[in-house]
Amino acid sequence: MLIFIGYPILETFRLAFTNPETGALGLYNFLTLAKEAYFWDALRYTFLLAGIIIPIQVTFALIVSLLLMSRFKGSGAVLYIFLIPLTISDVAAALIWYNMLTGSGYLNRVLLSLGLIQKPLHFFGYQYRNMELLAIVATEVWRATAIVFVIIFAGLQIIGRDYLEAAEVFGAGTWEKLRYIIIPMLKPSIQTALIIRTLFAMQVFAVVWILAGRDIPVLAGEAYYWQVELKNPNVAAAYSLIIAFVSLLLGAVYLKLFKPKYLEG
Amino acid sequence: MYQKEALKMIIVYFIATLVSAWILVPLLLIVVSAFALPQDYYNLEKPFPTQFTLENVNTLLFVLGAWRSILNSILVATMTIFLSFLLGLPTGYSLARYVFKGKDSFKLFIIGLRMFPMLVLAIPLVVIYLRLGLADTLLGVALAHTAMALPFVVLITSSIFAGIPVDFEEAGQVFGLSKAEAFFRITMPLALPGLSAASIFVFIMSWNEVFIASVLTLVNRTLPADILVSALAAPDPLKFAAGFIMVLPAMLFVLMARKYLVQVWGITIR
Amino acid sequence: MVEVRLENLVKRFGRVTAVDHINLTIKDGEFIVLLGPSGCGKTTTLRLISGLEKPDEGKVFFGDRDVTHLPPRERNISMVFQSYAVWPHMTVYDNIAFPMKIKKMPEQDIKEKVKWAAELLRIENLLDRYPHQLSGGQKQRVAVARAIVVEPDVLLMDEPLSNLDALLRVLMRSELKKLQRKLKVTTIYVTHDQVEAMVMADRIAVMNEGKLMQVGTPEEVYEKPANVFVAGFIGSPRMNFFEARVEAGILEAPGFKIKIPKNAPFYSMDLGEVIAGIRPEDIHVLDRGLPPGVIPAELEGVVDFIEPLGSDTILHLKLGDTTLLVKIPGAYRAEIGSKVKVALNMAKMHFFDKGSERAIL
Repeated sequence: MLIFIGYPILETFRLAFTNPETGALGLYNFLTLAKEAYFWDALRYTFLLAGIIIPIQVTFALIVSLLLMSRFKGSGAVLYIFLIPLTISDVAAALIWYNMLTGSGYLNRVLLSLGLIQKPLHFFGYQYRNMELLAIVATEVWRATAIVFVIIFAGLQIIGRDYLEAAEVFGAGTWEKLRYIIIPMLKPSIQTALIIRTLFAMQVFAVVWILAGRDIPVLAGEAYYWQVELKNPNVAAAYSLIIAFVSLLLGAVYLKLFKPKYLEG
Repeated sequence: MYQKEALKMIIVYFIATLVSAWILVPLLLIVVSAFALPQDYYNLEKPFPTQFTLENVNTLLFVLGAWRSILNSILVATMTIFLSFLLGLPTGYSLARYVFKGKDSFKLFIIGLRMFPMLVLAIPLVVIYLRLGLADTLLGVALAHTAMALPFVVLITSSIFAGIPVDFEEAGQVFGLSKAEAFFRITMPLALPGLSAASIFVFIMSWNEVFIASVLTLVNRTLPADILVSALAAPDPLKFAAGFIMVLPAMLFVLMARKYLVQVWGITIR
Repeated sequence: MVEVRLENLVKRFGRVTAVDHINLTIKDGEFIVLLGPSGCGKTTTLRLISGLEKPDEGKVFFGDRDVTHLPPRERNISMVFQSYAVWPHMTVYDNIAFPMKIKKMPEQDIKEKVKWAAELLRIENLLDRYPHQLSGGQKQRVAVARAIVVEPDVLLMDEPLSNLDALLRVLMRSELKKLQRKLKVTTIYVTHDQVEAMVMADRIAVMNEGKLMQVGTPEEVYEKPANVFVAGFIGSPRMNFFEARVEAGILEAPGFKIKIPKNAPFYSMDLGEVIAGIRPEDIHVLDRGLPPGVIPAELEGVVDFIEPLGSDTILHLKLGDTTLLVKIPGAYRAEIGSKVKVALNMAKMHFFDKGSERAIL
């Protein structure tokens, strides 16, 4: 078993590292991509998207988790509904939102027929890059909040009822309970959720590619482009390594940052 | 006091409805678009199309040959399930039942693998596959998907088997079964529900995977790869028909495996 | 420090009535124990008093205030939970300070009070620690310190000692009682351990199946149980019960007959068919002699079983169809099957109505 899992990984590592264009080992590929404006844009945009999307998702996930904690009629149904996007691919999600936001999409049609706007809103196209960003953010939030949610929701379940009742008895209102008990005790879950979500965010590809093409370059998109369109696997591999490296780096940063004291010892 | 309670409830229901609509409406809309008559769709006067047709889906499937991509996706997914379980199940079982040297580090390795960005594999694999003659084959994609799914399968099978007490197998052995028989006739039936949910999950994972599939294939595309490549070119209604087809198995899955979803996903996250 | 009054409290869970029309007044500064087996409704009653549960019917009063619909935090109460509920992500100091912090008391006052509470519970050296670094007993003290720090009107305790080992339990029993005497706070304490109740309570409220069986001082509950349930619940080992017929100066039971001594309190009563009860400690083995004040009725039985407990010995004595437990101080040896003469103390006989199980005498 070890062999089958390990071998491709090792092989790919080796290949990726012995990445010569001319047969010689070196940083040639990395230099190539560093010279390209696209690279720096891709780096920027990947981080930008992550920086916008992830906080939104964490907050959103927290709200829905807390919502579902007050067991009300139909909370089971809402839970399942909220989990549906987990099974939907990023390609499909992109298409779904494209459907809604495009020139003849539903958002525009409804707004037009209500007379709120005169001309359709454009979300796509190079000139409308900021709108494209908006579309991507909306799609990603729609698609992937459930990932964060599952982790936080599970973490919420673990907080013992007694802890909350004690807080109640000793004077804490809803806000105080949140602030002093729930959120501190959720820290490990939030940490896990952030790590996982950020790792995925570094690999964001299909949603961006379908909705914006190379208008908004991202690291994974560039890797794809170099590999498939420019037929240069070496630079593509270099991109892949950068993605891996950045992911690991961020993972380590998170671990350091979020070590809750009371779990030690 | 009661008023405060009532107000709280109203807010809760309001948000709940909002959230549900937020998720469901987009899905509904793409179904509508997939089946809308193109003229109706492009008619900006109407907020919603009212005439429907199977034309879009038809065109997509047969004229553009999407049915071939769908078939490919299904084949790849099936192969992935088969391979990943073939390798993953015994691993999961040994993890659950036996203590062996380096067990903990192995576990950590698996978990670490889970976090590893899999698309890093894709590029070098192209080179390897060219050498091995696997380039642009479904088997190649399936192998890559298997590598991706393996950590997940190992983790979840090990937790499923850990949840079935060893006592059951031992009782079987006491009463005349061999170890293998005990496994197949006692443990497996008990594990089946969890395993089926897991296999559906692997199916969805493979079905949805786009980066690796796009990079590794040219002619024998899977559905997501196909869409990605042709997405920019095709007219809208076809795009949406494609979206609908992609979404369909996912929706069915959710319907079928509701109970297991949270547990299964939770385990992979951990 | 207030009087707590429960009026006709009812709480149902589905088809089960956990609290069935409870009426109880707890005096200002009193230490009352709600005692009963699991499921009797004592914890639910406590939670109704705390506000963590809302009653289906009835009212709760703190003094003149109707608190029935107030949430816990507006009732000025404190509670010690069975699981302690000491928050794991806060230090001991922060845990104890929490109630005061919520009330937005000035920092200096908080510091002083935490010190005071910690010293009372002898945990002043643990203030910087986290709960996972503490033992069960220490965590429990933190929970108590936290509860007394805001000087509540009512202090509630839900089986706080049940998770401690036996030695610690005995130690904490007296500590808690002394603490309460000092603070003079109205305390409502829930337990299923009747020894705890007997030792700590000013009054005991014995509950069963959601109803109050008897409310009284430990002596009252022990000496004058109001019904079979209370008689059987209090006292260890359990009171002996047997069916009897008391008529014309004769007590007749399955297996033996007693001629009622003239100075027995029930000598001239014709009670008819009753349930008779006598505590094992009120049956005396003749060859050990009789303590003063005993009104003896002698019987001879056959040894069925002996339980040596060290400090006492429990003798299972068969008299015809009836087996009585006899508590003998110190060690006692006898062969199984041998005959032993005992005297039942007629001054300590209890009789209960066969149908209602209420005490007649």
